Amino acid sequence: MTLTLTRAGRRAAHGAPPARWRGKKVQGWLYAAPTAVIVGVLFVVPLVLVVWMSLNRWPLLGPAHFNAPDNYARIADNPLFLDAVLFTLKYTAITTVLLSSVALGLALLVQERRPGVGFFRTAFFLPGAVGFAAAALLFYGMLNNDFGPVDPMLRALGITHEPVKWIGTPNMALFSTIALVLWRFAGFNMLILLTGLQAIPVEVYEAARSDGAGRRQIFTRITLPLLRPTLALMLILSVTGSLLAFDQFFIFTNGGPDNSTVSMVMVVYRDAFFRFDLGGAAALSVVLLVGLVGLNALMMRRLR
Amino acid sequence: MTRHLTLSALAVLFLFPLVWSGWASLEDPSDYLEMARFGEGLGTYATNSVLVSAMTVAGTLVVSALGGYAFARFDFPGKNLLFLATLAILMVPYATILIPLYVLLGFIGLQNSLVGLSLVFVMFQLPFALFMMRNAFEAIPRELEEAALVDGCGTFRAFSRILLHAVRPALVTVGLFAFLASWNDFFAPLILLNDGSSFTLPVAVVSMTQRTFGAIDYGMLQAGVMVMAIPCLILFIVLQRHYVRGFMSGALRG
Repeated sequence: MTLTLTRAGRRAAHGAPPARWRGKKVQGWLYAAPTAVIVGVLFVVPLVLVVWMSLNRWPLLGPAHFNAPDNYARIADNPLFLDAVLFTLKYTAITTVLLSSVALGLALLVQERRPGVGFFRTAFFLPGAVGFAAAALLFYGMLNNDFGPVDPMLRALGITHEPVKWIGTPNMALFSTIALVLWRFAGFNMLILLTGLQAIPVEVYEAARSDGAGRRQIFTRITLPLLRPTLALMLILSVTGSLLAFDQFFIFTNGGPDNSTVSMVMVVYRDAFFRFDLGGAAALSVVLLVGLVGLNALMMRRLR
Repeated sequence: MTRHLTLSALAVLFLFPLVWSGWASLEDPSDYLEMARFGEGLGTYATNSVLVSAMTVAGTLVVSALGGYAFARFDFPGKNLLFLATLAILMVPYATILIPLYVLLGFIGLQNSLVGLSLVFVMFQLPFALFMMRNAFEAIPRELEEAALVDGCGTFRAFSRILLHAVRPALVTVGLFAFLASWNDFFAPLILLNDGSSFTLPVAVVSMTQRTFGAIDYGMLQAGVMVMAIPCLILFIVLQRHYVRGFMSGALRG
């Protein structure tokens, strides 16, 4: 929306492009050609191909043949995928709630420009500069019972008395993964919220204060409502990212214990490269795509 | 006072893992030597990562600078369609597009190829990069290049001599994000590369944890984490301004 408005505004301000610029369609196309080739060959063609693959028995090696709608029909009999859908939804719900709360808390703590605040902002954001795979490996070592420092520290503080099974039980594996995601992404989300907070005019706060509003009232009546568009954006990013979770579970928990932390994208990967069933994996990916586009459309309508 | 204590405790919590990882990797410096000999050798993986990142950064800069110029300054048929198709890349799950890309790159002989992987990264970077570059070119007053055009320059000379200098901050941001994405990405190389000698760092280091024989060497693992993380941390410190701007325009698009 904003895009088209500013563009239209600019066009109006500058008037129509002068004659020199019009009629240069060929040149325009030449400059845009590399983009068109990349988007066409590496995005549009694969998008069509994935739909076609989903309609075929398509083994990793060997010839493919048409078998629609078998790949889709078989999804209903794929217990691993159905479990993965439930698990991924649960993970998405918990992660999104915790991530938004932590990010909002951090943003409120560092929103005012005071001496030293820059250091804390950097400290909270710094994990975001590390790649996600590296972060997952870092936690993999840090939470290891023999090598990592967390267990001995918790025992020294008297909080625990025996080794914690950080990724040894389904609930702990989920908990540890969420801790990893919070560490890696809270600062990034804090940054998004900070831009939203800084867009609220100081006068609004002053007016509320002179009307006798308390801290809590200011937060619930002014900050939260005015922050709504930014919160919505963060929510959409968090939900989309969590539904497509792969790295954290593949690297950190490897789907275990007992396949209790297998996400939807992990099933797609396993079907394709462990069960050599590219057609089945393609059908799952198409379902994933449709579901995600639908959900995003719904969220955008609801949250705007 | 409580606010300061809370902030300090939180800062310790957020910085502790990084500090620990650096310390753990140095506890026994032979871990770095051992990692240098791991698998095909750290040198191979690091070289692969550097090559992929360099090709991705160069490809993204060239394609998005040319494309951004086209979208900011020219009218041509299919312009809106192409822009929408590029932005649609953001809507499609990574896995959905990587499975057919694996097959497609096989068709055109780029499977298990660092060039193929880099091209895929360029595609994934395009929505952000094109959007960023178009806005940067649009922000330049037309008068600047019109003077050059009147003087008899072609549009390409105006573009390469004058405009590219004016959009340098945007180029830095786009290049930075292309580097981070290609250097750190795990899923695309996992799917598109299947030969150990062509692995990039993330895939190679993760494979250390998934050896079936022998115990995992955790010190070596943290050495691997540091080799991956340190270039990113240095870039963050040097280019902090571009980082924040990139995240903002990346996050607040649309």
